[in-house]
Amino acid sequence: MDKKLIEQKIAVFLLGACIAITFFLLIAVIGHILQKGLGQISVEFLLEEPRDMGREGGIFPTIVGTIYLVVISLIISVPIGVLSAIYLTEYTRKGPILKAIRFATESLAGIPSIIFGLFGFTFFVIFLKLGWSVLSGSLTLAFMMLPTIVRASEEAIKSVPDAYRLGSFALGATKWQTIRKVVLPTALPGIITGIILGIGRAVGETAPVILTMGSALRIPWTIMQPARTMSVHLYILASEGISMEKAYGTATVLIIVVIFINFLANFVMRKMISV
Amino acid sequence: MNNLNRLIERCIKNVLFFCAAISIFVVLLITVFVCIEGFPIIKKYGLLNFILGRKWYPLDGVFGIFPMIIGSIYVTCGALLFGVPLGVGCAIFLAEIVPKKIAKILRPGIELLAGIPSVVYGFYGLVVIVPLIKKYFGGSGFSVLAASVILTVMILPTIVNISEDAIRAVPAEYKEGSLALGATHWQTIKRVILPTARSGIMTAIVLGMGRAIGETMAVILVTGNVAKIPGSFLDPVRTLTSNIAIEMPYSAGEHTQALFATGIVLFVLIMFLNMMSTFTRSLRKGDKLSG
Repeated sequence: MDKKLIEQKIAVFLLGACIAITFFLLIAVIGHILQKGLGQISVEFLLEEPRDMGREGGIFPTIVGTIYLVVISLIISVPIGVLSAIYLTEYTRKGPILKAIRFATESLAGIPSIIFGLFGFTFFVIFLKLGWSVLSGSLTLAFMMLPTIVRASEEAIKSVPDAYRLGSFALGATKWQTIRKVVLPTALPGIITGIILGIGRAVGETAPVILTMGSALRIPWTIMQPARTMSVHLYILASEGISMEKAYGTATVLIIVVIFINFLANFVMRKMISV
Repeated sequence: MNNLNRLIERCIKNVLFFCAAISIFVVLLITVFVCIEGFPIIKKYGLLNFILGRKWYPLDGVFGIFPMIIGSIYVTCGALLFGVPLGVGCAIFLAEIVPKKIAKILRPGIELLAGIPSVVYGFYGLVVIVPLIKKYFGGSGFSVLAASVILTVMILPTIVNISEDAIRAVPAEYKEGSLALGATHWQTIKRVILPTARSGIMTAIVLGMGRAIGETMAVILVTGNVAKIPGSFLDPVRTLTSNIAIEMPYSAGEHTQALFATGIVLFVLIMFLNMMSTFTRSLRKGDKLSG
Protein backbone atom coordinates (compact mmCIF):
# COMPACT_ATOMS: atom_id res chain seq x y z
CA MET A 1 0.00 0.00 0.00
CA ASP A 2 2.72 2.44 0.99
CA LYS A 3 4.67 1.60 -2.13
CA LYS A 4 1.71 2.53 -4.29
CA LEU A 5 1.36 5.88 -2.58
CA ILE A 6 5.05 6.63 -2.96
CA GLU A 7 4.81 5.79 -6.65
CA GLN A 8 1.83 8.13 -6.95
CA LYS A 9 3.71 10.95 -5.23
CA ILE A 10 6.68 10.54 -7.57
CA ALA A 11 4.37 10.48 -10.60
CA VAL A 12 2.54 13.63 -9.58
CA PHE A 13 5.86 15.33 -8.93
CA LEU A 14 7.11 14.40 -12.41
CA LEU A 15 3.90 15.58 -14.06
CA GLY A 16 4.19 18.87 -12.19
CA ALA A 17 7.76 19.10 -13.42
CA CYS A 18 6.49 18.81 -17.03
CA ILE A 19 4.21 21.81 -16.55
CA ALA A 20 6.96 23.71 -14.76
CA ILE A 21 9.42 23.08 -17.61
CA THR A 22 6.85 24.15 -20.20
CA PHE A 23 6.13 27.42 -18.42
CA PHE A 24 9.82 27.95 -17.77
CA LEU A 25 10.42 27.68 -21.55
CA LEU A 26 7.62 30.14 -22.27
CA ILE A 27 8.91 32.66 -19.75
CA ALA A 28 12.52 32.13 -20.85
CA VAL A 29 11.73 32.92 -24.50
CA ILE A 30 9.49 35.91 -23.84
CA GLY A 31 11.60 37.21 -20.95
CA HIS A 32 14.88 37.08 -22.86
CA ILE A 33 13.50 38.88 -25.91
CA LEU A 34 11.62 41.54 -23.99
CA GLN A 35 14.59 42.19 -21.71
CA LYS A 36 16.91 42.82 -24.64
CA GLY A 37 14.34 44.34 -26.95
CA LEU A 38 12.19 46.71 -24.90
CA GLY A 39 15.05 49.21 -24.75
CA GLN A 40 15.12 49.32 -28.55
CA ILE A 41 11.52 50.40 -28.86
CA SER A 42 10.80 54.06 -29.20
CA VAL A 43 8.54 56.28 -31.27
CA GLU A 44 11.37 56.65 -33.81
CA PHE A 45 11.82 52.87 -34.03
CA LEU A 46 8.13 52.42 -34.80
CA LEU A 47 7.64 55.39 -37.11
CA GLU A 48 10.93 55.84 -38.97
CA GLU A 49 12.04 54.24 -42.19
CA PRO A 50 14.99 51.87 -41.95
CA ARG A 51 18.34 53.05 -43.22
CA ASP A 52 21.31 51.01 -44.43
CA MET A 53 19.31 47.73 -44.96
CA GLY A 54 17.82 48.01 -41.47
CA ARG A 55 21.05 48.59 -39.54
CA GLU A 56 19.77 52.04 -38.53
CA GLY A 57 16.39 53.68 -38.25
CA GLY A 58 13.05 52.06 -37.60
CA ILE A 59 10.65 49.46 -38.93
CA PHE A 60 7.74 51.60 -40.12
CA PRO A 61 7.42 50.09 -43.64
CA THR A 62 7.34 46.57 -42.21
CA ILE A 63 4.51 47.54 -39.85
CA VAL A 64 2.58 48.95 -42.82
CA GLY A 65 3.38 45.79 -44.81
CA THR A 66 2.13 43.54 -41.99
CA ILE A 67 -1.13 45.45 -41.57
CA TYR A 68 -1.65 45.50 -45.32
CA LEU A 69 -1.12 41.74 -45.58
CA VAL A 70 -3.41 40.97 -42.64
CA VAL A 71 -6.25 43.21 -43.82
CA ILE A 72 -6.27 42.03 -47.44
CA SER A 73 -6.02 38.36 -46.52
CA LEU A 74 -8.91 38.78 -44.04
CA ILE A 75 -11.04 40.45 -46.72
CA ILE A 76 -10.53 37.33 -48.84
CA SER A 77 -10.67 34.58 -46.23
CA VAL A 78 -13.37 35.73 -43.78
CA PRO A 79 -16.35 35.65 -46.18
CA ILE A 80 -15.23 32.35 -47.72
CA GLY A 81 -14.52 30.82 -44.31
CA VAL A 82 -17.71 31.92 -42.57
CA LEU A 83 -19.94 30.99 -45.53
CA SER A 84 -18.30 27.54 -45.77
CA ALA A 85 -18.88 27.04 -42.06
CA ILE A 86 -22.56 27.95 -42.48
CA TYR A 87 -22.86 25.43 -45.31
CA LEU A 88 -21.10 22.71 -43.33
CA THR A 89 -23.21 23.17 -40.21
CA GLU A 90 -26.64 24.35 -41.37
CA TYR A 91 -27.08 22.74 -44.78
CA THR A 92 -25.35 19.37 -44.66
CA ARG A 93 -24.59 17.22 -41.69
CA LYS A 94 -23.55 14.01 -43.43
CA GLY A 95 -22.62 12.66 -46.81
CA PRO A 96 -19.64 12.26 -49.13
CA ILE A 97 -19.48 15.98 -50.06
CA LEU A 98 -19.16 16.94 -46.43
CA LYS A 99 -16.44 14.32 -45.96
CA ALA A 100 -14.51 15.64 -48.95
CA ILE A 101 -14.75 19.24 -47.73
CA ARG A 102 -13.71 18.23 -44.22
CA PHE A 103 -10.72 16.31 -45.57
CA ALA A 104 -9.76 19.30 -47.72
CA THR A 105 -9.87 21.79 -44.83
CA GLU A 106 -7.89 19.42 -42.64
CA SER A 107 -5.31 18.97 -45.39
CA LEU A 108 -5.06 22.74 -45.83
CA ALA A 109 -4.38 23.04 -42.09
CA GLY A 110 -1.66 20.40 -42.30
CA ILE A 111 0.16 21.53 -45.45
CA PRO A 112 3.50 23.11 -44.44
CA SER A 113 3.77 26.84 -44.97
CA ILE A 114 6.70 26.43 -47.36
CA ILE A 115 4.48 24.42 -49.74
CA PHE A 116 1.97 27.26 -49.68
CA GLY A 117 4.90 29.50 -50.53
CA LEU A 118 5.88 27.35 -53.52
CA PHE A 119 2.27 27.24 -54.68
CA GLY A 120 1.76 31.00 -54.25
CA PHE A 121 4.98 31.64 -56.14
CA THR A 122 4.17 29.48 -59.15
CA PHE A 123 0.41 30.22 -59.23
CA PHE A 124 -0.09 33.84 -58.17
CA VAL A 125 3.33 35.36 -58.85
CA ILE A 126 4.17 33.59 -62.13
CA PHE A 127 1.03 31.99 -63.62
CA LEU A 128 -1.45 34.78 -62.83
CA LYS A 129 1.33 37.35 -63.38
CA LEU A 130 0.59 39.19 -60.12
CA GLY A 131 4.32 39.45 -59.40
CA TRP A 132 5.80 39.73 -55.92
CA SER A 133 3.07 41.83 -54.42
CA VAL A 134 0.87 42.40 -51.40
CA LEU A 135 -1.96 40.79 -53.39
CA SER A 136 -0.04 37.55 -54.11
CA GLY A 137 1.00 37.31 -50.46
CA SER A 138 -2.51 38.00 -49.18
CA LEU A 139 -4.13 35.44 -51.48
CA THR A 140 -1.63 32.80 -50.34
CA LEU A 141 -2.10 33.62 -46.65
CA ALA A 142 -5.89 33.77 -47.05
CA PHE A 143 -5.89 30.08 -47.98
CA MET A 144 -3.60 29.31 -45.05
CA MET A 145 -5.97 31.07 -42.62
CA LEU A 146 -9.06 29.44 -44.08
CA PRO A 147 -9.02 26.25 -41.92
CA THR A 148 -8.64 28.27 -38.69
CA ILE A 149 -11.62 30.48 -39.57
CA VAL A 150 -13.79 27.62 -40.86
CA ARG A 151 -13.19 25.50 -37.76
CA ALA A 152 -13.81 28.30 -35.24
CA SER A 153 -16.95 29.45 -37.07
CA GLU A 154 -18.27 25.89 -37.26
CA GLU A 155 -17.81 25.42 -33.51
CA ALA A 156 -19.50 28.75 -32.82
CA ILE A 157 -22.47 28.03 -35.10
CA LYS A 158 -22.90 24.52 -33.69
CA SER A 159 -23.07 25.91 -30.15
CA VAL A 160 -26.12 28.07 -30.97
CA PRO A 161 -29.08 26.27 -29.29
CA ASP A 162 -31.60 24.69 -31.68
CA ALA A 163 -34.43 26.36 -29.77
CA TYR A 164 -33.33 29.71 -31.24
CA ARG A 165 -33.68 28.34 -34.77
CA LEU A 166 -37.03 26.69 -34.09
CA GLY A 167 -38.37 29.89 -32.52
CA SER A 168 -37.39 31.83 -35.59
CA PHE A 169 -38.92 29.26 -37.96
CA ALA A 170 -42.11 29.29 -35.91
CA LEU A 171 -42.37 33.04 -36.51
CA GLY A 172 -42.39 32.32 -40.24
CA ALA A 173 -38.77 33.21 -41.03
CA THR A 174 -37.01 31.37 -43.88
CA LYS A 175 -33.84 29.40 -43.30
CA TRP A 176 -31.53 32.15 -44.54
CA GLN A 177 -33.40 34.82 -42.55
CA THR A 178 -32.96 32.64 -39.46
CA ILE A 179 -29.25 32.22 -40.13
CA ARG A 180 -28.69 35.90 -40.80
CA LYS A 181 -30.79 37.37 -38.02
CA VAL A 182 -30.56 34.71 -35.30
CA VAL A 183 -27.72 32.21 -35.75
CA LEU A 184 -24.91 34.49 -36.94
CA PRO A 185 -25.38 37.24 -34.31
CA THR A 186 -25.36 34.59 -31.56
CA ALA A 187 -22.26 32.89 -33.00
CA LEU A 188 -20.45 36.16 -33.66
CA PRO A 189 -18.03 36.14 -30.68
CA GLY A 190 -16.82 32.64 -31.59
CA ILE A 191 -16.35 33.65 -35.21
CA ILE A 192 -14.43 36.75 -34.17
CA THR A 193 -12.17 34.61 -31.96
CA GLY A 194 -11.37 32.49 -35.01
CA ILE A 195 -10.60 35.58 -37.06
CA ILE A 196 -8.31 36.93 -34.35
CA LEU A 197 -6.40 33.63 -34.23
CA GLY A 198 -6.14 33.79 -38.03
CA ILE A 199 -4.62 37.26 -37.71
CA GLY A 200 -2.06 35.82 -35.31
CA ARG A 201 -1.08 33.23 -37.89
CA ALA A 202 -0.77 35.85 -40.66
CA VAL A 203 1.40 38.12 -38.52
CA GLY A 204 3.82 35.30 -37.73
CA GLU A 205 4.20 33.67 -41.16
CA THR A 206 7.54 34.10 -42.85
CA ALA A 207 8.43 31.52 -45.49
CA PRO A 208 5.35 31.87 -47.74
CA VAL A 209 5.46 35.65 -47.42
CA ILE A 210 9.04 35.93 -48.67
CA LEU A 211 8.21 33.77 -51.69
CA THR A 212 5.04 35.62 -52.66
CA MET A 213 5.35 39.18 -51.39
CA GLY A 214 9.09 39.68 -51.82
CA SER A 215 11.08 41.54 -49.21
CA ALA A 216 11.28 45.12 -50.52
CA LEU A 217 11.93 47.59 -47.73
CA ARG A 218 9.68 50.32 -49.10
CA ILE A 219 6.20 51.33 -48.00
CA PRO A 220 3.75 49.63 -50.38
CA TRP A 221 1.31 52.16 -51.80
CA THR A 222 -0.80 49.76 -53.86
CA ILE A 223 -1.57 46.07 -53.44
CA MET A 224 0.43 45.34 -56.59
CA GLN A 225 3.72 46.40 -54.97
CA PRO A 226 6.07 44.10 -53.05
CA ALA A 227 6.46 44.63 -49.31
CA ARG A 228 8.15 43.23 -46.22
CA THR A 229 6.38 42.16 -43.01
CA MET A 230 7.84 42.36 -39.50
CA SER A 231 8.43 38.59 -39.40
CA VAL A 232 10.31 38.67 -42.70
CA HIS A 233 12.29 41.68 -41.48
CA LEU A 234 13.27 39.83 -38.29
CA TYR A 235 14.29 36.78 -40.33
CA ILE A 236 16.48 38.80 -42.68
CA LEU A 237 18.07 40.82 -39.87
CA ALA A 238 18.89 37.64 -37.94
CA SER A 239 19.88 35.26 -40.75
CA GLU A 240 22.12 37.77 -42.51
CA GLY A 241 23.44 39.12 -39.22
CA ILE A 242 22.58 42.69 -40.21
CA SER A 243 21.74 44.01 -36.76
CA MET A 244 20.98 41.99 -33.64
CA GLU A 245 19.75 45.09 -31.77
CA LYS A 246 17.16 45.86 -34.42
CA ALA A 247 16.28 42.16 -34.56
CA TYR A 248 15.56 42.18 -30.80
CA GLY A 249 13.45 45.30 -31.27
CA THR A 250 11.43 43.73 -34.08
CA ALA A 251 11.00 40.45 -32.16
CA THR A 252 9.74 42.45 -29.16
CA VAL A 253 7.13 44.25 -31.27
CA LEU A 254 6.02 40.88 -32.69
CA ILE A 255 5.72 39.33 -29.23
CA ILE A 256 3.74 42.28 -27.90
CA VAL A 257 1.38 42.05 -30.88
CA VAL A 258 0.92 38.30 -30.32
CA ILE A 259 0.29 38.71 -26.57
CA PHE A 260 -2.27 41.40 -27.38
CA ILE A 261 -3.96 39.19 -29.99
CA ASN A 262 -4.17 36.24 -27.58
CA PHE A 263 -5.53 38.45 -24.83
CA LEU A 264 -8.15 39.81 -27.21
CA ALA A 265 -9.16 36.32 -28.38
CA ASN A 266 -9.56 35.13 -24.77
CA PHE A 267 -11.53 38.24 -23.89
CA VAL A 268 -13.99 37.76 -26.77
CA MET A 269 -14.27 34.05 -25.99
CA ARG A 270 -15.10 34.72 -22.35
CA LYS A 271 -17.71 37.20 -23.44
CA MET A 272 -19.32 34.49 -25.56
CA ILE A 273 -19.44 32.04 -22.67
CA SER A 274 -21.00 34.61 -20.36
CA VAL A 275 -23.70 35.31 -22.97
CA MET B 1 -43.42 36.57 -52.36
CA ASN B 2 -43.18 32.93 -51.38
CA ASN B 3 -41.70 31.99 -54.74
CA LEU B 4 -39.22 34.81 -54.53
CA ASN B 5 -38.18 33.66 -51.08
CA ARG B 6 -37.71 30.14 -52.33
CA LEU B 7 -35.58 31.41 -55.20
CA ILE B 8 -33.42 33.45 -52.84
CA GLU B 9 -33.01 30.45 -50.56
CA ARG B 10 -31.86 28.29 -53.42
CA CYS B 11 -29.37 30.92 -54.65
CA ILE B 12 -27.94 31.29 -51.17
CA LYS B 13 -27.54 27.55 -50.78
CA ASN B 14 -25.58 27.44 -54.03
CA VAL B 15 -23.35 30.35 -53.02
CA LEU B 16 -22.63 28.67 -49.67
CA PHE B 17 -21.83 25.38 -51.39
CA PHE B 18 -19.50 27.20 -53.77
CA CYS B 19 -17.60 28.75 -50.83
CA ALA B 20 -17.30 25.40 -49.07
CA ALA B 21 -16.03 23.78 -52.25
CA ILE B 22 -13.23 26.36 -52.55
CA SER B 23 -11.17 24.40 -50.00
CA ILE B 24 -11.28 21.28 -52.19
CA PHE B 25 -10.43 23.38 -55.22
CA VAL B 26 -7.43 24.98 -53.49
CA VAL B 27 -6.03 21.63 -52.31
CA LEU B 28 -6.28 20.33 -55.89
CA LEU B 29 -4.72 23.52 -57.25
CA ILE B 30 -1.79 23.27 -54.84
CA THR B 31 -1.23 19.61 -55.70
CA VAL B 32 -1.39 20.24 -59.45
CA PHE B 33 0.82 23.32 -59.54
CA VAL B 34 3.54 21.98 -57.26
CA CYS B 35 3.56 18.70 -59.22
CA ILE B 36 3.68 20.38 -62.66
CA GLU B 37 6.80 22.28 -61.62
CA GLY B 38 8.50 19.37 -59.88
CA PHE B 39 7.70 16.27 -61.93
CA PRO B 40 9.84 16.97 -65.02
CA ILE B 41 13.07 16.87 -63.02
CA ILE B 42 12.06 13.72 -61.12
CA LYS B 43 11.27 12.07 -64.46
CA LYS B 44 14.51 13.22 -66.03
CA TYR B 45 16.74 12.50 -63.07
CA GLY B 46 14.97 9.34 -61.89
CA LEU B 47 12.93 9.10 -58.69
CA LEU B 48 15.38 6.79 -56.91
CA ASN B 49 18.39 8.90 -57.85
CA PHE B 50 16.56 11.95 -56.57
CA ILE B 51 15.39 10.46 -53.27
CA LEU B 52 18.43 8.30 -52.50
CA GLY B 53 21.16 10.49 -54.01
CA ARG B 54 23.58 11.68 -51.33
CA LYS B 55 25.01 14.62 -53.23
CA TRP B 56 23.29 17.96 -53.67
CA TYR B 57 25.27 20.17 -56.07
CA PRO B 58 22.42 22.08 -57.69
CA LEU B 59 24.66 24.33 -59.77
CA ASP B 60 26.28 21.26 -61.42
CA GLY B 61 22.95 19.55 -61.97
CA VAL B 62 23.40 16.96 -59.20
CA PHE B 63 20.20 16.65 -57.19
CA GLY B 64 20.12 14.08 -54.38
CA ILE B 65 17.92 14.94 -51.41
CA PHE B 66 18.69 11.93 -49.21
CA PRO B 67 20.64 14.05 -46.68
CA MET B 68 17.68 16.42 -46.39
CA ILE B 69 15.20 13.56 -45.88
CA ILE B 70 17.44 12.19 -43.13
CA GLY B 71 17.81 15.72 -41.73
CA SER B 72 14.04 16.19 -41.50
CA ILE B 73 13.65 12.78 -39.85
CA TYR B 74 16.43 13.50 -37.32
CA VAL B 75 15.14 16.87 -36.14
CA THR B 76 11.55 15.58 -36.02
CA CYS B 77 12.51 12.50 -33.99
CA GLY B 78 14.55 14.72 -31.66
CA ALA B 79 11.57 17.01 -31.14
CA LEU B 80 9.25 14.06 -30.47
CA LEU B 81 11.76 12.55 -28.06
CA PHE B 82 11.56 15.63 -25.82
CA GLY B 83 8.12 16.88 -26.80
CA VAL B 84 5.97 13.78 -26.37
CA PRO B 85 6.79 12.97 -22.70
CA LEU B 86 6.73 16.65 -21.79
CA GLY B 87 3.48 17.36 -23.66
CA VAL B 88 1.61 14.26 -22.51
CA GLY B 89 2.85 14.94 -18.96
CA CYS B 90 1.42 18.46 -19.13
CA ALA B 91 -1.85 17.12 -20.53
CA ILE B 92 -2.25 14.58 -17.70
CA PHE B 93 -1.38 17.25 -15.16
CA LEU B 94 -3.94 19.71 -16.57
CA ALA B 95 -6.72 17.16 -17.05
CA GLU B 96 -6.29 14.95 -13.97
CA ILE B 97 -4.14 16.48 -11.25
CA VAL B 98 -5.11 20.13 -10.90
CA PRO B 99 -8.66 21.41 -10.42
CA LYS B 100 -10.38 22.81 -13.52
CA LYS B 101 -10.03 26.36 -12.24
CA ILE B 102 -6.24 26.20 -12.15
CA ALA B 103 -6.15 24.45 -15.54
CA LYS B 104 -8.13 27.38 -16.89
CA ILE B 105 -5.55 29.82 -15.56
CA LEU B 106 -2.69 27.81 -17.10
CA ARG B 107 -4.36 27.35 -20.50
CA PRO B 108 -3.60 30.88 -21.86
CA GLY B 109 0.09 30.13 -21.28
CA ILE B 110 -0.09 27.11 -23.60
CA GLU B 111 -2.05 29.20 -26.14
CA LEU B 112 0.58 31.90 -26.03
CA LEU B 113 3.24 29.26 -26.67
CA ALA B 114 1.30 28.35 -29.83
CA GLY B 115 0.88 31.98 -30.85
CA ILE B 116 4.53 33.07 -30.80
CA PRO B 117 5.71 33.28 -34.44
CA SER B 118 8.12 30.55 -35.56
CA VAL B 119 10.69 33.13 -36.64
CA VAL B 120 10.81 34.45 -33.06
CA TYR B 121 11.55 30.94 -31.79
CA GLY B 122 14.22 30.64 -34.45
CA PHE B 123 15.75 33.93 -33.38
CA TYR B 124 15.72 32.83 -29.73
CA GLY B 125 17.42 29.59 -30.78
CA LEU B 126 20.05 31.54 -32.69
CA VAL B 127 20.92 33.91 -29.85
CA VAL B 128 20.46 31.59 -26.84
CA ILE B 129 20.28 27.84 -27.62
CA VAL B 130 23.04 27.71 -30.26
CA PRO B 131 25.61 29.49 -28.03
CA LEU B 132 24.59 27.28 -25.08
CA ILE B 133 25.18 24.10 -27.09
CA LYS B 134 28.48 25.48 -28.35
CA LYS B 135 29.57 26.21 -24.80
CA TYR B 136 28.56 22.92 -23.18
CA PHE B 137 28.83 20.35 -25.99
CA GLY B 138 31.39 21.93 -28.31
CA GLY B 139 31.12 22.24 -32.08
CA SER B 140 29.55 25.21 -33.80
CA GLY B 141 26.28 24.93 -31.90
CA PHE B 142 24.30 24.89 -35.15
CA SER B 143 23.02 21.34 -34.87
CA VAL B 144 20.32 18.70 -34.91
CA LEU B 145 20.07 19.20 -31.16
CA ALA B 146 19.41 22.95 -31.42
CA ALA B 147 16.62 22.35 -33.96
CA SER B 148 15.13 19.58 -31.82
CA VAL B 149 15.00 21.84 -28.76
CA ILE B 150 13.33 24.68 -30.66
CA LEU B 151 10.88 22.32 -32.39
CA THR B 152 10.03 20.74 -29.03
CA VAL B 153 8.76 24.10 -27.79
CA MET B 154 6.85 24.62 -31.02
CA ILE B 155 5.04 21.25 -31.03
CA LEU B 156 4.25 21.30 -27.29
CA PRO B 157 0.96 23.24 -27.61
CA THR B 158 -0.37 20.83 -30.27
CA ILE B 159 0.49 17.77 -28.19
CA VAL B 160 -0.79 19.25 -24.90
CA ASN B 161 -4.11 20.51 -26.28
CA ILE B 162 -5.11 17.41 -28.22
CA SER B 163 -3.93 14.93 -25.57
CA GLU B 164 -5.74 16.91 -22.88
CA ASP B 165 -8.98 16.74 -24.87
CA ALA B 166 -8.50 13.00 -25.33
CA ILE B 167 -7.90 12.45 -21.60
CA ARG B 168 -10.92 14.55 -20.65
CA ALA B 169 -13.07 12.54 -23.07
CA VAL B 170 -12.49 9.32 -21.10
CA PRO B 171 -15.87 8.47 -19.48
CA ALA B 172 -15.96 9.20 -15.74
CA GLU B 173 -17.39 5.70 -15.07
CA TYR B 174 -14.10 4.10 -16.11
CA LYS B 175 -12.22 6.19 -13.59
CA GLU B 176 -14.79 5.65 -10.83
CA GLY B 177 -14.78 1.92 -11.46
CA SER B 178 -11.03 1.72 -11.14
CA LEU B 179 -10.95 3.85 -7.99
CA ALA B 180 -13.74 1.78 -6.46
CA LEU B 181 -11.60 -1.33 -6.96
CA GLY B 182 -9.00 0.26 -4.69
CA ALA B 183 -6.55 1.50 -7.32
CA THR B 184 -4.70 4.73 -6.56
CA HIS B 185 -5.23 7.78 -8.75
CA TRP B 186 -1.91 7.23 -10.51
CA GLN B 187 -2.65 3.54 -11.12
CA THR B 188 -5.98 4.60 -12.62
CA ILE B 189 -4.25 7.11 -14.88
CA LYS B 190 -1.63 4.59 -15.95
CA ARG B 191 -3.82 1.52 -16.41
CA VAL B 192 -7.23 2.94 -17.36
CA ILE B 193 -7.17 6.53 -18.53
CA LEU B 194 -4.07 6.55 -20.73
CA PRO B 195 -4.90 3.28 -22.55
CA THR B 196 -8.43 4.56 -23.22
CA ALA B 197 -7.15 7.90 -24.49
CA ARG B 198 -4.32 6.41 -26.55
CA SER B 199 -5.83 6.99 -30.01
CA GLY B 200 -6.34 10.67 -29.15
CA ILE B 201 -2.77 10.90 -27.89
CA MET B 202 -1.58 9.20 -31.09
CA THR B 203 -3.45 11.86 -33.10
CA ALA B 204 -1.70 14.54 -31.04
CA ILE B 205 1.70 13.00 -31.75
CA VAL B 206 1.02 12.65 -35.48
CA LEU B 207 -0.10 16.29 -35.73
CA GLY B 208 2.93 17.42 -33.73
CA MET B 209 5.12 15.42 -36.10
CA GLY B 210 3.50 17.20 -39.05
CA ARG B 211 4.23 20.55 -37.51
CA ALA B 212 7.87 19.62 -36.85
CA ILE B 213 8.48 18.32 -40.38
CA GLY B 214 6.82 21.37 -41.93
CA GLU B 215 8.57 24.02 -39.87
CA THR B 216 10.94 26.15 -41.91
CA MET B 217 12.25 29.46 -40.65
CA ALA B 218 13.00 28.46 -37.07
CA VAL B 219 14.95 25.46 -38.35
CA ILE B 220 16.97 27.46 -40.87
CA LEU B 221 18.17 29.83 -38.18
CA VAL B 222 19.59 27.12 -35.87
CA THR B 223 20.77 24.17 -38.00
CA GLY B 224 23.63 25.56 -40.05
CA ASN B 225 22.00 24.11 -43.19
CA VAL B 226 24.85 21.91 -44.43
CA ALA B 227 23.51 19.47 -47.05
CA LYS B 228 25.29 16.45 -45.58
CA ILE B 229 24.07 13.50 -43.53
CA PRO B 230 24.83 14.44 -39.91
CA GLY B 231 27.15 12.05 -38.05
CA SER B 232 25.91 13.03 -34.60
CA PHE B 233 23.28 15.19 -32.97
CA LEU B 234 25.84 17.98 -32.68
CA ASP B 235 26.45 18.19 -36.44
CA PRO B 236 24.80 20.77 -38.65
CA VAL B 237 21.97 19.52 -40.81
CA ARG B 238 19.61 20.67 -43.55
CA THR B 239 15.91 19.75 -43.72
CA LEU B 240 13.60 19.45 -46.74
CA THR B 241 11.85 22.68 -45.83
CA SER B 242 15.02 24.69 -45.38
CA ASN B 243 16.40 23.33 -48.65
CA ILE B 244 13.46 24.96 -50.44
CA ALA B 245 13.38 28.23 -48.51
CA ILE B 246 17.11 28.90 -48.69
CA GLU B 247 17.63 28.23 -52.38
CA MET B 248 14.33 29.41 -53.89
CA PRO B 249 15.30 33.11 -53.97
CA TYR B 250 18.31 32.58 -56.27
CA SER B 251 17.52 29.35 -58.12
CA ALA B 252 16.66 29.08 -61.82
CA GLY B 253 15.78 26.43 -64.39
CA GLU B 254 16.30 22.83 -63.31
CA HIS B 255 17.46 23.97 -59.87
CA THR B 256 14.02 25.55 -59.23
CA GLN B 257 12.34 22.40 -60.54
CA ALA B 258 14.43 20.32 -58.13
CA LEU B 259 13.23 22.52 -55.27
CA PHE B 260 9.63 21.99 -56.31
CA ALA B 261 10.40 18.27 -56.46
CA THR B 262 11.68 18.56 -52.87
CA GLY B 263 8.28 20.13 -52.15
CA ILE B 264 6.54 17.11 -53.69
CA VAL B 265 8.44 14.73 -51.39
CA LEU B 266 7.51 16.90 -48.39
CA PHE B 267 3.91 17.08 -49.59
CA VAL B 268 3.64 13.29 -49.90
CA LEU B 269 5.10 12.88 -46.40
CA ILE B 270 2.61 15.34 -44.92
CA MET B 271 -0.37 13.89 -46.77
CA PHE B 272 0.61 10.49 -45.39
CA LEU B 273 0.64 11.97 -41.87
CA ASN B 274 -2.74 13.66 -42.51
CA MET B 275 -4.24 10.33 -43.49
CA MET B 276 -2.71 8.74 -40.39
CA SER B 277 -4.29 11.38 -38.16
CA THR B 278 -7.68 10.88 -39.86
CA PHE B 279 -7.20 7.18 -39.21
CA THR B 280 -6.27 7.56 -35.52
CA ARG B 281 -9.21 9.91 -35.10
CA SER B 282 -11.56 7.32 -36.54
CA LEU B 283 -10.14 4.82 -34.01
CA ARG B 284 -11.11 7.26 -31.31
CA LYS B 285 -14.72 7.25 -32.43
CA GLY B 286 -14.63 3.46 -32.32
CA ASP B 287 -13.40 3.59 -28.73
CA LYS B 288 -16.35 5.68 -27.70
CA LEU B 289 -18.83 3.39 -29.37
CA SER B 290 -17.49 0.29 -27.69
CA GLY B 291 -17.29 2.13 -24.36
